[in-house]
Amino acid sequence: MLKYLVRRLLISVPTLLIISIVIFLLLNLAPNDPMAQVPLTIPPEVKEKMREALGLGQPLYVQYAKWLVQFMWVEPQVYLDHVLGTTMSEGQQRIFSWQTRSPVMDIIVQRLPQTLWVVGMAYVVGVLIALPIGIYSAYKQYSVFDQVGTFVTMIGYSVPPFFSGVFVIILFSVQLGWFPSVYDTLHEVVDWETFKFQLRQMIMPVMVLALQVTAQISRFMRSSMLDNLNQDYVRTARAKGLSEWTVVAVHVVRNSMIPVVTVIALNLPSIFGGAIITEQVFKVNGIGQQLIIAIYANDLPTVQTITFMFAVLIVVFSLIADILYGILDPRIRYD
Amino acid sequence: MTDASTHQLKTNPRSKWLDVWREFRNHKGAVAGAIIFFGIVLLVLVGPFLWPFEPNSIDIRNRNQGPSLLHPLGTDQLGRDTMARIMTGGRTSISVGLAAMLLSLSLGTAIGILSGYFKKLDGILMRFTDLFLSLPLLPLLLVMMLLFREPLSGTFGPEKGMFILIVVSIGVTSWMPTARIVRGDVLAIKEREFILAARSIGGTDAKIIFRHILPNVFSPIMVSATLGIANAIITESALSFLGLGFPPDFPTWGRLLNDAVEFIQLHPERVFWPGLAISLTVLSINYLGDGLRDALDPRIRGR
Amino acid sequence: MKMKSLMLGVVSTLAFTSALHAERGSDGNVGIIYWQAPSILNPYLSGGTKDIESSSLVIEALGGYDPTGAMYARLAAEIPTVANGGISEDLTSITWKLKPGVLWSDGTPFTSADVVFTADYCIGEPGCYQEAKFEGVKSIDAVDDLTVKITFEKPMPNPYGPFVGSQTPILQKAQFQNCTGTKRQECTAENFGPIGTGAFVVTDFKPNDVIQMKANENYREAGKPRFATLVFKGGGDAAGAGRAVMETGEYDHAWNLQLAPEVIKQMAEGGKGKPVSGFSTAVERLEMNMTNPSADLDADTRSTRKAPHPFLTDIAVRKALSMAIDRVLLTEIGYGVAGRPTCNLVPGPDVYASDNTECLTQDIEGAKALLEGAGWVAGADGVRSKDGVRLSILYQTSTNAVRQDYQALIKEWWSQIGVETELRNLNASVFFGGDPGSPDTFQKFYADVEMYTNLFDGTDPQAYLSAYRCGNEPSPANNWAGENINRFCDPAYDALLDELASTSEINKRGEIGRKLNDMLTKDSYTIVPLTWRGRVSAISNTLGGFELNTWDSELWNAADWYRIK
Repeated sequence: MLKYLVRRLLISVPTLLIISIVIFLLLNLAPNDPMAQVPLTIPPEVKEKMREALGLGQPLYVQYAKWLVQFMWVEPQVYLDHVLGTTMSEGQQRIFSWQTRSPVMDIIVQRLPQTLWVVGMAYVVGVLIALPIGIYSAYKQYSVFDQVGTFVTMIGYSVPPFFSGVFVIILFSVQLGWFPSVYDTLHEVVDWETFKFQLRQMIMPVMVLALQVTAQISRFMRSSMLDNLNQDYVRTARAKGLSEWTVVAVHVVRNSMIPVVTVIALNLPSIFGGAIITEQVFKVNGIGQQLIIAIYANDLPTVQTITFMFAVLIVVFSLIADILYGILDPRIRYD
Repeated sequence: MTDASTHQLKTNPRSKWLDVWREFRNHKGAVAGAIIFFGIVLLVLVGPFLWPFEPNSIDIRNRNQGPSLLHPLGTDQLGRDTMARIMTGGRTSISVGLAAMLLSLSLGTAIGILSGYFKKLDGILMRFTDLFLSLPLLPLLLVMMLLFREPLSGTFGPEKGMFILIVVSIGVTSWMPTARIVRGDVLAIKEREFILAARSIGGTDAKIIFRHILPNVFSPIMVSATLGIANAIITESALSFLGLGFPPDFPTWGRLLNDAVEFIQLHPERVFWPGLAISLTVLSINYLGDGLRDALDPRIRGR
Repeated sequence: MKMKSLMLGVVSTLAFTSALHAERGSDGNVGIIYWQAPSILNPYLSGGTKDIESSSLVIEALGGYDPTGAMYARLAAEIPTVANGGISEDLTSITWKLKPGVLWSDGTPFTSADVVFTADYCIGEPGCYQEAKFEGVKSIDAVDDLTVKITFEKPMPNPYGPFVGSQTPILQKAQFQNCTGTKRQECTAENFGPIGTGAFVVTDFKPNDVIQMKANENYREAGKPRFATLVFKGGGDAAGAGRAVMETGEYDHAWNLQLAPEVIKQMAEGGKGKPVSGFSTAVERLEMNMTNPSADLDADTRSTRKAPHPFLTDIAVRKALSMAIDRVLLTEIGYGVAGRPTCNLVPGPDVYASDNTECLTQDIEGAKALLEGAGWVAGADGVRSKDGVRLSILYQTSTNAVRQDYQALIKEWWSQIGVETELRNLNASVFFGGDPGSPDTFQKFYADVEMYTNLFDGTDPQAYLSAYRCGNEPSPANNWAGENINRFCDPAYDALLDELASTSEINKRGEIGRKLNDMLTKDSYTIVPLTWRGRVSAISNTLGGFELNTWDSELWNAADWYRIK
């Protein structure tokens, strides 16, 4: 197990390097120009100079190496400086966004609170709702509960957030006036009143996002439960005289979690990637919105950094999923 | 008992599909799903030939009309008949959904089974999956459009070329969850007794995969398939929204829904119809899938 | 604890002083929402309207344009003219007198050194986004603390490029002097929180998200601004912004609502706010490609003057295409009150607007007859052709709901006169992106007809009309960077342009300008204007003092805003 873990961690280093190179090349292959916003009246020579000032004139491998050093070496130092109060990173160039001319990492850190509050919370809520629904639907297959659950979750999944988001805004903000339609990112939670406001402004985006998560995960949970409920070991357990609760909750649920764990783990990094459309509808302006703005502005350092951090999370969570398989099902061996 | 499917196959090979059919027929939801789904397919395939209005013919005098005898679903801001647009749009949406789902399922299943079953391939295939999972979808699509749009529309014409491009883009960017899930299941099933048994009586890898592994990972695949169609239809609408999709005068359900959201308070019916079409399709496929899964599962069958 | 009470003391003293100055900050908070989020507060490092307009609350120029398009003095004592001696007789220099006693928000005096520094900041290496405003400038000198003289290389009939309008505000020298050259990329704190002379001061800036501001205690006019704090929220979409002002009342001002007219009308029924509209010079037009965009040609010839277009070079075809269009209907469907049908490339100001209205009546039969007369005969499939050349058009534009409606309608009308049309829409960031490597930019024009909107800043169309000079077209030689998009070329037009450049009398300039406009539109139909696009914004019913300005930043008079009680 430990050997497996160490080996996987070692493999992930070259994997991540390759991923970062592929992302870098892909971004540079795509048609883009950070000077696209420059008025047409600016002469091309000036544009060229401005491009060079961003470091664009250099060969690709130099640009890549610079980014890599900044990401792997300078940025961690900045973080340590921040935590320990040291000055290791002083004078070293950080990853700068072409669009805002500010360190990319600062923007990402700035956006973490709303991303975690909204997207993260939606995920937690979605999973917490989905698991019981999936389990109970499977246990009472074809019951009214199952039918209604299936119906509602599938409709939830097939309705895109650009529609459901606008729909809840019109219902709850415009018609009823219960919740604000614009998320206030300046809001700080300091006491009970501000916390209540935070809840009110979160509730709609969380609802819309959680609907999608619930639909997906409850479907997988239900189908996996159904597979396991008919296995021999369930019959054995029942024959042994174990209570129905123990049979279902301990044996079946645990064994049914394997595909569900995969789905949950693989979707966790997407919290970081954010939920672009939902963020846009409610003006949550999290990391997803930053990524899409950077893509439209051809702000390569920002796109590269965000997508790479995303890649790191993917690799980490796929490792976690693999380890969880082993914990859930001891028959799976790592060698 | 542990090897029920092979056992049954050997004693009574002819009746298997009959059994499946019988089981499927008893599943009310599945039959209803099948009827609705094939009804929708029939409607979008044949409907446009029988319907008096062209999806793109503009009639300015009759714009923004509510439902009437002439236009049962009303008309849009340019006076185009909504019924005609829903039917024509459905053709594209359903074929994009099915084709992209099939592509992503076959890719995902193949990679998932290979990497779950063959330990040697596991590491490399899963890292490959990680790579795809972490690629930013939007720039990837921009590159694909840039590189392949002109040659494809030159070879197949603008609409077919675009169709292939969209199906491939959605397919190659959505197979990864399926692959991971299938792999996880295969890892578990591989250690079961019946696989050992099959191997000990001299079953080849190919035979074990097709006879034993594949039927047992069928249910997560089925779920992926139902979610995959919905996902493909919605992704297509996002692509149209970004200007990477079909030509603008080419209706699809996603685009109709997207265009109508702006008018949600004024003309709610315009959001309703494409939304209903997407939901009905997804729901019917879902029930169809449930029925198929139950019918194909030898342990549930005949219970 | 002591420190805290000391701070509180300072705050209350401040509050006391402001009470003396009439009622600065008495009206609480004002909320502004732009569906594009500002990414930086330095217009010299960004071309985005969102960035320029948000920074106009903080930093100001010497002069600005009011809602009628007339100039007025902001940081200058008055607008220099030849009559008041501010502009030299030979039109080669302009001398600005600054308003005395203006303070930066940090309390230091505003002087001519700041103005000179700002010019150097922009013109110096490695160039800046507003460099075009400084075109032709030879030198900028501080004559004394309150006088700045700008000398031009040649006579400038319109010397109000630098420091008039919100694109070229004055930066504080003390703050930015270590941020010149390549180092300006790294001056994050400065670019996110410039010290200004404007009505508001930045307290918190979150790039691409939100700006928090408070009233400038050192603002030059007593009692202004009336609002104590200001929140500038960015992001989302136009519909959401309109809803937040007119239906839920969460914000006071929403910028540029590009929405279907009936949608705006329905939102206004929400009762919390109202739409306001105004017009500047933006015209949605069709550009006819005078060169051949065929993919069969090699890259050096395709869409260049070496290969004339197979049928669009025939004026009868261009005119027929224009006649077939019902601009009144297009505009009504696409823009409602925010658009007016037009036949002009330069729709305003009045002195430059030609009285050209002939195209406003659709004439399908006339268009058919015109094509028939020119020898274009309908084939079996209804598409006209002549000598084996079919009237088949590839018509491209950027992705945008209104543009796609326009495309659908125009395609329909063209099919009625026997012209076949294939539509294409491209992602706006690619289409307008100007990447020479992409085949889909509007400069490359790998299509027969394309549609977009362009406009000119301020009130003088000279630079705008000069775009259509021979030799200024995008081509492989200039890396596709020219501005003569339709590859128009007429020596008479160029001669008239030269005449415009040496004329300063406004009525004479107007006459030449109108003639140039007509040569491009009703005489040649190389540009087929469709709609004069206005801007629709929304304000809440309780926001007072707002005046929609389409010639300058929409937030130009935020200092005068107040809360209606």
